[in-house]
Amino acid sequence: MIFVTVGHQMPFDRMVKAVDDWAALNQRSDVFAQIGSTKYRPEHIQWAHTIDPNEFQERIAQADAVVAHAGTGTILTALEQQTPILVMPRRAALLETRNDHQVATAQRFLEMGRVAVAMDETELPAMLEKLSQLSASDTISSGASPELIQAISDFIHHEL
Amino acid sequence: MSDSKNVKQKKVMLVASGGGHWVELMRLTQAVEDCSLAFVTVQDDYRYQIDRFNNARYYTVFDVTRWNKIRWIQTVLQLLWILVRERPDVIISTGALPGFFALRLGKFFGARTIWVDSIANVEELSKSGQKIGPHASLWLTQWPHLETESGPKCKGAVI
Repeated sequence: MIFVTVGHQMPFDRMVKAVDDWAALNQRSDVFAQIGSTKYRPEHIQWAHTIDPNEFQERIAQADAVVAHAGTGTILTALEQQTPILVMPRRAALLETRNDHQVATAQRFLEMGRVAVAMDETELPAMLEKLSQLSASDTISSGASPELIQAISDFIHHEL
Repeated sequence: MSDSKNVKQKKVMLVASGGGHWVELMRLTQAVEDCSLAFVTVQDDYRYQIDRFNNARYYTVFDVTRWNKIRWIQTVLQLLWILVRERPDVIISTGALPGFFALRLGKFFGARTIWVDSIANVEELSKSGQKIGPHASLWLTQWPHLETESGPKCKGAVI
């Protein structure tokens, strides 16, 4: 199963439509998309506007791959569940978000070997073809880096 | 949990908006497991995720952004009510705007405050993260290249 998710804040028609077109072309029946406030209505894949956080975690845990906007909540959850993830960043100029932070997020997590990236909808189909070859990134721990945990714990307890 | 005598359990309030802010906040909780915890977020359906913390409290406030200022006052009043009830020793936030308000208000209640700017802010701090600097006791970015002499420090990341 491929789980597609775009969060809840703003529409992301480009990505949802590109996945829907790809699923039609390849006769894929194993795609489910959470589309939020996206205007486009998928015709070839299952979809819902919203799902609750519990179902979100379950779907990511059970998916063979996640295809998502480059939101850190989705990326971190996929890494926690060791599910391979392909992201496409939202663009501010297209009114998909309010600034281009997702572009930088996608690039940084790509450099770290944590995600695959399609920079736009033209790159997405080719990346979707390769989805089954994606492997999950190395396991991440269940929490923040030891350094950050220590810094916060020290601050709380030692009145630094 | 520490039960040694003379050591009063610290009260920690953790504040995050939905999505990535919340996921990042949950990844910090190892640092506060021995504290009395109050979680503040903007939606009810994360509540099940705090079941594993003994006696933790869970509050929701209205979600606000820079673009709906009319609603700021509601969120501020909700946060004041929570602060009156909780009287936290320490407030931690990973953003966004409700967390910014919580830190600013918390100072008036004598709380020490930690801002952990979201890992999503790779090229510059979030707007809230930039403005919270002078008001946070501990001002953190998760990216070493954003650390500056007079600005935020980097002491690791949520990953």
